[in-house]
Amino acid sequence: MSLIGLTIGQARDQLRRKAITARELAEAYIKAMAVARPLKAYLVETPDRALAAAKQSDARLQKGNSLPLDGVPVAVKDLFCTEGVETTAASKILAGFVPPYESTVTANLWRNGALMLGKVNLDEFAMGSATITSARGPTENPWRRRGDNRPLVPGGSSGGSAAAVAARAALAAIGTDTGGSIRQPASFCGIVGLKPTYGRCSRWGIVAFASSLDQAGPMTRDVRDAAIMLQAMAGHDPKDATSALLPAPNFEAAVGQSIKGMRIGIPKEYRLDGMPTEIEALWRRGIEWVKAAGATTVDISLKMTQYALATYYIIAPAEASSNLARYDGVRFGLRVPGETLEELYENTRGQGFGAEVRRRVLIGTYVLSAGYYDAYYLKAQKVRALIARDFDEAFKSCDAMLTPTAPSAAFAIGEKMDDPIAMYLNDVFTVPVNLAGLPGISVPAGLSAEGLPLGLQVIGKAFDEETVLRVAAVLEDAAKFDAVPAFVAGAP
Amino acid sequence: MSNLIKGHTGDWEVVIGLEVHAQVISNAKLFSGAATDFGAEPNTQVSTVDAAFPGMLPVLNRFCVEQAVKTGLGLDAQINLQSVFDRKNYFYPDLPAGYQISQFSRPIVGKGKLVLDMPDGTVREIGITRLHLEQDAGKSLHDQHPTKTYVDLNRAGVALMEIVSEPDLRSAEEAGAYLRKLRAILRYLGTCDANMEEGNLRCDCNVSVRKPGGALGTRCEIKNVNSIRFVMQAIEYEAQRQIEVIEEGGAVVQETRLFDSGKGVTRSMRSKEESHDYRYFPDPDLLPVTLDPAWLAKLRADLPELPDVKKARFMRDYGLSGDQAATLVAEKETADAFEELQGKVSKRVSISASATANTVINIVSFIAGERGVSPAQFISTNDVPGVLILQQKNVISGRMLKEVLEGIADSKQSAEVFVAEKGLTQVTDTSAIETAIDAVLVKEPDKVADYRAGKEKLLAYFVGQVMRATQGKANPALVNELLKKKLAG
Amino acid sequence: MALDKATVARIAALARIKVPDSELDALAGALSKILTWVEQLDAVDVSGVEPMVAVTHARPPLREDKVTDGGIRDEILANAPETTDGFFVVPKVVE
Ligand SMILES: [Mg+2]
Ligand SMILES: [Zn+2]
Repeated sequence: MSLIGLTIGQARDQLRRKAITARELAEAYIKAMAVARPLKAYLVETPDRALAAAKQSDARLQKGNSLPLDGVPVAVKDLFCTEGVETTAASKILAGFVPPYESTVTANLWRNGALMLGKVNLDEFAMGSATITSARGPTENPWRRRGDNRPLVPGGSSGGSAAAVAARAALAAIGTDTGGSIRQPASFCGIVGLKPTYGRCSRWGIVAFASSLDQAGPMTRDVRDAAIMLQAMAGHDPKDATSALLPAPNFEAAVGQSIKGMRIGIPKEYRLDGMPTEIEALWRRGIEWVKAAGATTVDISLKMTQYALATYYIIAPAEASSNLARYDGVRFGLRVPGETLEELYENTRGQGFGAEVRRRVLIGTYVLSAGYYDAYYLKAQKVRALIARDFDEAFKSCDAMLTPTAPSAAFAIGEKMDDPIAMYLNDVFTVPVNLAGLPGISVPAGLSAEGLPLGLQVIGKAFDEETVLRVAAVLEDAAKFDAVPAFVAGAP
Repeated sequence: MSNLIKGHTGDWEVVIGLEVHAQVISNAKLFSGAATDFGAEPNTQVSTVDAAFPGMLPVLNRFCVEQAVKTGLGLDAQINLQSVFDRKNYFYPDLPAGYQISQFSRPIVGKGKLVLDMPDGTVREIGITRLHLEQDAGKSLHDQHPTKTYVDLNRAGVALMEIVSEPDLRSAEEAGAYLRKLRAILRYLGTCDANMEEGNLRCDCNVSVRKPGGALGTRCEIKNVNSIRFVMQAIEYEAQRQIEVIEEGGAVVQETRLFDSGKGVTRSMRSKEESHDYRYFPDPDLLPVTLDPAWLAKLRADLPELPDVKKARFMRDYGLSGDQAATLVAEKETADAFEELQGKVSKRVSISASATANTVINIVSFIAGERGVSPAQFISTNDVPGVLILQQKNVISGRMLKEVLEGIADSKQSAEVFVAEKGLTQVTDTSAIETAIDAVLVKEPDKVADYRAGKEKLLAYFVGQVMRATQGKANPALVNELLKKKLAG
Repeated sequence: MALDKATVARIAALARIKVPDSELDALAGALSKILTWVEQLDAVDVSGVEPMVAVTHARPPLREDKVTDGGIRDEILANAPETTDGFFVVPKVVE
């Protein structure tokens, strides 16, 4: 098998056995990254940095005192601030911004031996579900519909991360998930995407979209890799007041453990009217798989599900309108001059933000404004409490939940673009998890009739990623998903 | 005492509420680890959190919470075991995040009170509405360049306590007394330096007028007045202005005004076309603040003795008048120096605390003030106890106190050495005084005649002449007694 | 809620985002559609429900009152569009 065909788990073994070197692995990926340029996944390539880190990894590997992620080349969503490397959140307003600091999650990765290949594309400020709102243009999904060569979206907002991993242009990637931004692109690209519990990974140094929803997580080839990556990323950070003061358990140990006797909840409200039959069928297959593995399924009810998207599209824009106020042309990023300060502000923000970001900032400003706060924002926070309560109740009768990840497979670039609400519906199964702050994972589970990957989602209790990983690994084993995208960098 | 203001149409009552921003004494900022020191080079005390760089997050400073709670306890206020930080959104170049982290609907401290000591010895209770924690903004300099504003973020993120009073104040004097009392409490607690001139105590005044007992009038807010004197001037001016507006048939417009200390007037700030809409909402980067009741109880138990309690103790234990006690306790240092002084002196001689208090209040404070030191500093660095002991022993007269206190301060000598060297020992020798009296009376036969004809007020004049002749060294009581005898004779 | 042009202009001013007059109508339409859609929450009975303020119930320690940061003026100013003598610079603010 070629170097870029290995998982993290496999590469780790070969590195430790000195069958390969970190340098060889890094060089293979640097080449793959270049080959994959037509996908426009990477915004910045940092090969020198990767090679320098690989050298250090090799030194440790030589001495036999390697770190958990030594030699693992990672693509970083350009929402993570990386010291000395331009960080833009795919927005014009942050063009040229070079942070003097490294986000906690990326710093944790490098401290554990991983190396950065580059920064990858996303929807502007992570606002989107298709990586088409990026100021740098869309990223293409490496998959194609059978007999149709139109470029598809990779999902979003972590579309660059998903495309890079799926195309073998990164061994793993990190993304962020505010309403499904890790799980939905993972589903669209046929990879594993894990959104940890809110507070599991530090948000420090991640360009904020919606603070009460944002969470970083890994995007990988398989479930074990997700566990290995999460281990390195997670942990309490005193610089983030919402980071949980909990030690990270051994996530990898959960992978491969039996789910015999486990109760898997099947939320009836996720059976949407007009849901494509292939999604329905996929879900049914998933249910059979967990049953076959010895788990029982329980019908559960998440009554508020239908209100989750509307709730999300009040809370997330409200927080975003405030979080994005700092982009004002004074201290960093774009400045579009004006005669007065007010003009400078308005010009900078008017030209610096793209259409979707502008829409969300305006919605957010409106729902917080005098006279509307109670009707929109406060109401949404109350419905959010009810949504969280639904999950609490449901988890009294089950250990994890199984649902589809997204209501469809990847769509073509240009589809759904004129209707924001149609786009928002992509996140119908993922958003409730963010509202409740729970962990969720998407595992590739099959192909659509058109030959596109589809994912199943496992949802767990707060801080119970171990159960999520256990169930996900069972699904992975059963699904035996081995389809390969149309585009693979340096195909094996 | 009446606070009413006379207008053409009768009496008016002025209604005042104050909003004070008190800078918390702390090493680091409210939500970052940058220093709070005053006067550093621009933007040197700024972290990436203070400058609101992308991805930066606030983490609350435990000590600032403690300081706010202490202050709340000092104001006899409700301490809220759960409080929430909110974002107050607005754009300004010295507000880097585009929002100020403050507390809106659930402040850390609720209702409390503050007792005013009025100049006539009476007390007034003023309600405190709330105290909350918030971040200071940076500084915008508009006068450095003809077309540019310069921004320094050193202050951005420094912890402030916003202390809001009920509209219970009824005169500029009361407002002044409120600020002096608040300053004393903050300093006793060590939670704020409370120096208005240095900007670590800033005051916004809400002023309205009404007919006594009538409905509240429309108020104006005078922003950022930076001394107690100016607060009083601004209120006086604003109350008069509002009365004139109404009496001339106009109506007061609710607005924000600025006090021009040069001209002693308030001016309307150019009102922005768009009214403020701060869009407060709970800051999702911060969890609600939860206080541990046991911790709170300990803080309460460890609270220092505060001015009101100290004043009551001084009246009870030392027999001081309310006025004397209030004056002494206004500064903790002074109160402490008084107690120490009284202790030292009374160990050696019998002296009334009231006499010591008067010396501190009238003489020591005056001399210290002239020398630019505090009364406490003056007492601790000079042999003040020695001077009081000599006076109680009748070695020097009360009239000599000021001269001797100044003398020991200048010469750095002990009271005893100074008095001996300068020969300031009081003359209690009857014959010497009689000689001096005789000399005075001989020179003033007309006045002696007048006195004897019934103009007894002249006695004071003769006493003065005798004292002057003896360079103040004669024992005044003896002079009085002997003079009366001679004049009668 | 259908937003009119004037409301959108007011919100845009509040958010300090310049929206050309020619785009106001289309934007008002788009925002109105989103707002009308989110108003499906009107159907939810939330009486007696406390709003969700914090997602996590953890109470990590607060920060100690120690100076651990600052003194990095060059880094603070390095990304700024305009600086002079250690200050950020903006067009003059008229009060
Ligand atoms: Mg205020
Ligand atoms: Zn304030």
